[in-house]
Order: sequence, then C-alpha cells, then structure tokens
Amino acid sequence: MKYLDEYRDPGAAQLLLDEIRRISSRCWTLMEVCGGQTHSLLRHGIAAELQGTVELIHGPGCPVCVTDQAAIDFACQLAQKEDVVLTSFGDMLRVPGSRGSLLDAQTAGANIRIVYSPLDAVELARTHPEKQFVFFAVGFETTAPATALAIKQAGRYQLENFSFIVSHVRVQPAMESLVQAPDHRVQAFLAAGHVCTVMGFESYEPFVKRYQLPVVVTGFEPLDLLEGILACVKQLEANEARLENRYARTVRSTGNLAAQDLVQEIYQVCDSEWRGFGMIPEGGLELRPEWQNFDARMRFTEPALRVIDLDECRSFEVMTGHIKPPECPHFGKSCNPESPLGAPMVSSEGACAAYYRYDVTAS
Amino acid sequence: MTDARTKPKNSGKSLKMMPDKEKNEFASWQVNCPVSVTANADCVTLAHGEGGRLSRKLIQDRIIHSLKNEFLIAMNDAAHLPEIQGPLALTTDSFVVSPLFFPGGDIGSLSVFGTVNDLAVSGAKPLWITLSLIIEEGLPLVVLDRILESIACAAQETGVKIVAGDTKVVPRGAADGLFINTTGVGELIKPIPPGPQTLQEKDELIVSGPIGRHGIAILTVREELAMEPVPQSDCGSLIRPVKRLREELGDQIRCLRDATRGGVAAVMHEWAEACGLTLSLDERSIPVSPEVRGVCELLGLDPLHVANEGTMLIAVKQGAGAAAVEVLQSLAETAEPRLIGTVNPRGIAPVTVRRTLGPEQPLDDPLGSPLPRIC
Repeated sequence: MKYLDEYRDPGAAQLLLDEIRRISSRCWTLMEVCGGQTHSLLRHGIAAELQGTVELIHGPGCPVCVTDQAAIDFACQLAQKEDVVLTSFGDMLRVPGSRGSLLDAQTAGANIRIVYSPLDAVELARTHPEKQFVFFAVGFETTAPATALAIKQAGRYQLENFSFIVSHVRVQPAMESLVQAPDHRVQAFLAAGHVCTVMGFESYEPFVKRYQLPVVVTGFEPLDLLEGILACVKQLEANEARLENRYARTVRSTGNLAAQDLVQEIYQVCDSEWRGFGMIPEGGLELRPEWQNFDARMRFTEPALRVIDLDECRSFEVMTGHIKPPECPHFGKSCNPESPLGAPMVSSEGACAAYYRYDVTAS
Repeated sequence: MTDARTKPKNSGKSLKMMPDKEKNEFASWQVNCPVSVTANADCVTLAHGEGGRLSRKLIQDRIIHSLKNEFLIAMNDAAHLPEIQGPLALTTDSFVVSPLFFPGGDIGSLSVFGTVNDLAVSGAKPLWITLSLIIEEGLPLVVLDRILESIACAAQETGVKIVAGDTKVVPRGAADGLFINTTGVGELIKPIPPGPQTLQEKDELIVSGPIGRHGIAILTVREELAMEPVPQSDCGSLIRPVKRLREELGDQIRCLRDATRGGVAAVMHEWAEACGLTLSLDERSIPVSPEVRGVCELLGLDPLHVANEGTMLIAVKQGAGAAAVEVLQSLAETAEPRLIGTVNPRGIAPVTVRRTLGPEQPLDDPLGSPLPRIC
C-alpha cells in the first residue's frame, strides 16, 4: 500500500539499524514524545532491536492517558443524565476515571455514542434537537483544530443543545516540565510528527537553545522512526544540540496556519492538570470567553465530584522514564487491559498497553 | 495511503446504537436498504404476531411463499424429516446485525450462510435449517420480503431446506428491526476432521482469503465512514471449498473454522488452548485487501481482530499446506488463500505473530469490540 509499505521495508530498516549501532559509542537515552510512536516502536520490534544502543523513554504523548480523572468523572456524570447524549472518541471509553469509565457508565444506562469526528457530534445535535449533546474533547494540538471547527459549526447553527468538555492539552509545556525535573534522563527528543504538522516546529528553537537538547521532528512508520533516532544519535555523538526535521514529507516549519488560526480564535492557553503529572503551567487549552456558552461546565451546573484518589498506577514514573512498564509491580498482574489501574494500559497509544501487547520479555 | 476517502456527509446519523426507550425513529432497515420504502408502506404490526388471521396470512403469503418446500407446506407443528444414515451435527446461531442490509449481504443471507458454514467446517453436509424471526413492530413488509428472498437464495445456493420456523412480533424499541435465529442439522461425513486438540508441531495454518472484510464493511456503513470504494463483506458459503478440500486432502486436515467474531486471532487462541502449543503467524503472508487495511490503519485496528463471515482457517498436517492452497485457489469463493503460519512448541505466548522487522511477538486475544483510536 502506497505511503505505508515503502516506510516499512525490512531491508532499508536493517541498514538504518546497522548505521545507528555503528556510530553509537555509548547507549543514548531518547524520549519519543508521542504515544503513536511508542506503539510503532514496539509493534515493529525497533525498541527491542536497539536494546543496549539506544534506550527509548516513552513520553507523555498519549492524550487519553493524561486526561484528568476529574474530566472523566464529569463526563460520566453528564452521560448519566436523562436526555444527555455524551459523544466521544472510541479509545476514551475504557479509561477509568476515579468512579469508573464511560463504558461502565454506559453499562449502567448512560447514553454514550462513539464518533469519529467532532463534526459528527454537531450533526447529531442538529438533527436531534430534543436531546442535549456533549462532546468530550480530548487530545493534543492535533485534535484541537477539529474540535474548534465543530465549535464554530455549532455556533453557526446556533445550537442550544450542544456543548463541549474541553480537555485539550499542549505538548511543548509538558516537555518543558519534564526537562525541568532535576532527575530527568532525556538526552534528546523525537518530537511528535503529527503535532508539528499542525503547529510547525519553529517554537522548538528556543527550547533547543535553552536546554541544549537535540530535538528531531519524527514520523511514525518504522523507517521514519529509525531516521529520527539516527539523526538524534549523530547529533549526540558530535556533541551538538540542533532542531531537525526528519518528517519533511508532512511537516513544514510554520505548520498548518489555517488550523493554528482556528485554535487561536476558539481557545486560550491555560494551566492544566495532567493525570500522573499534576498541574502543568500553560499545559492546556480552554474556550475563550466569547465561546463559553458551549462549555459543558457552564451549561450544566452539576455539583463537582471529588476525585477519589486510589491511583496505584505508576504512570508518572513510566512517562518520565524512571521505570519501564514491566518494572511496575502491577504490570500484567492487577493491571491488564481487561482491568486497567491506569490509562496507559487502556489506550492503544499507551506505553503499558504497547508493552503488554508486543513485548516478548514482558509476557 | 489508501484510496479510501472521507466525503462530506449530507445527513444526520442514526441513534440506533443508543439505548433509547422512546420511539425508534431510525431503525436499521433505513440504512442502506436496497428497496425503496414509501412513507405509507404497509408494516408489520403487533397483530401479525398474535396467532390469528393476520399471523397466518403473514406466514402463508410471505414466508412460506418465499421459502416453499414440501416440509414447510405441510404446516405441521414439527417438521417430519426423512431418515439419514450417518451421525448428525447440530448447530444454532442468532443474528442481530445492524444495519440489516450491508455491502455484500444482509441479515437474511448471513443467517443462512453463518449456520451452514458452522456445519460445513464441523465436517457435516448441511441438510436442514430452522428459521425464527423476531420482528420489531413497524418493519415495512417490503423490507421483510426482500430479506426472505435473500434467505431463499442463500438456501438454494447452499442446498439446504428451511424446514421449520417461528415468527414473533415485538413492540417498537424491543428489537432493532429484525433478529433471526437459525438452527441447522447436517449429516457428518467421514473422515471427520479430528479437531484442534490433535494439532501437532509443524502443522500448517491456512487462511482461505483476505481477512477482516465483514467487520470493516459493517463498521463503514454503520458509522457512515464514506469510504471509496465501499468495503464489501465476505458474507458467503464455505460449503464448496470445504467439500473440495476434504475430497482432495482427506485425513491430512486437522481442523477448520470460520473466523467470525474476534477474527483470526480469536480462532487461533481457541486452537492454541485446545492443543497446548504455540500457533505462529507471519503478518506479511496474511492477505488483507487495501480497503480493509486502509480503514484499519486509519482507526488503529488490527485486521487479525476483525470479523469475517465467509473466510475460514484450516490446519493441515506438515507438508499439506501447499496442496490446500492450490485447491482453494481454484475456487471463486476462496481465490486468495495463503499459508499464514505453523504450529510450534509452546513458546513465549499461545499465539504469536512476526511483523515487519522484529522478533516474534504475542498476538493478544481480542477483548470486547475494538475501539478506534483518537489520533
């Protein structure tokens, strides 16, 4: 299949693997930021092939994994209301809040509908005025423009039966907060290719200068990832710290300006609570005051639930690279995809789920 | 990446997946139904299920009229069936697919092929099936006729007779248009494939065609994903391929199974559990159509977990795989068979798969329905 098979060619991958091994004078520690990259690294066996040459720390870039438990609890609470239909992307459904997941709520009678685009949710609301529709908007800068478009569309239709739980997060502040921790181990970053497609990568220049860490914009297929890793290792071996784009077939330095304008128009940056990380300054997006009539928290005056913090999940240590998923005492025992303790075991992008599915040693 | 494209939609989606106690205004027959249904079309009413004149009329004029054979025409409380020689195989299955019509089939043909295929892969020659219809009040009669016609065609194609049946009508909202149960009886033909518990090391695993077609066809139409070309279900009969395989390979066959819900992965796990060995698959040799692969890549699904309705897995003794592939290749229903793996001593996991580059990895048993990923 075009655009897939040529980036999964085993022969070309082997050459890149050999080159990475050849030039590495020591074992380097890289962080891939995005969960899609984590998944691909394990699915295609790259992490295992590079053992001893490159250690990969699986970063915080799985949006459902970092969604605040309070947001999930609120979504469940609304879904259980008579006449409310909660719409969501599919992989959010199994993620446990502090009082169960959306799937649990659905079993208990809540009205929940998976959508593939926020615009589908707008369409549902438009054609079913007798019900209140809520879209659970999670995701990084990649999904934020689609939600923004849906909000504008809802505004155009003057929908009074549609609102959003906005839980969008921003990737760069999370990277900042990671490297500001005194015990961080990251020597270079594979930046998330899809986020850069939308946001561009110019904003990484000051980051690279300030922290003196190589940042390489990287894609998701095996050859993309190996190219990104090779570029990082070359810089590290030469004692350089530069910004590089190794996903040029999709990513431009300025990104997608139309999408950025849309994000600017609808949201403003806010501090945000990340599951496993705590409060990240400027780590999220919220609706601008002029769009707040679409904020579900304004529309529904539900009493705020206290988050029951039973979090035995050690996802923070996983996402900061202090432990690998199999090193968690709960991994594969009290925590598995059927009964996850935390979000990284749920999502197809989550690091623990990726190890559970693909890692030979873990099973 | 694929020729699958998303087109703008022109209508609101149905709410059929939601538990809605109110009027079911978006019944699943409205989606993709090949017959045009006018606003004042005659519909099935609760009275059609009450056992009186309307019931008799529905059964006589529509069901028996469509499916007629000597057993049904007798209208006895139970079908009187002729004696047969060998031992019997018996299977039952219920069909609740939504929407009722999908690219490549409908609930009617599915309910015949599903049961007939279960008999065939168990080593039986399908003979008779029963047909129970649970109809939601309000189903247009033309839609029912269309489905009965499809059932009649599938029965004729597979050479089975529908010998008994039942019809119930439930109030709106208590069903989703139409549910069907079929029970099938077949005559076991020797040598009967001995089953997955007899699998041995070095046995060979074959798939009869491209995988995941039914699941992706249903997902695409149910969620109105507007892909082009529209993925088609593989809904169809496996009688002829099974018969030919058994004629040509005889006792070289260990077991056969149609890979329905849970897809190839679920069957592989059941077989691995039965024999205690590891079933090792090679992803590169597993046939997946561009349409299915495109949707799976977009949504983060694994084709190995996606349902089929006319595609089977076959395990044969060492060395017989190529012959099995050759037999299947010569038939229109199974034109793209592949040898996809082997049976090995129990290793890292009950079922493993070798993907693009790296080592053998565990293949997980599907858990619930696959959930599409966010980005």
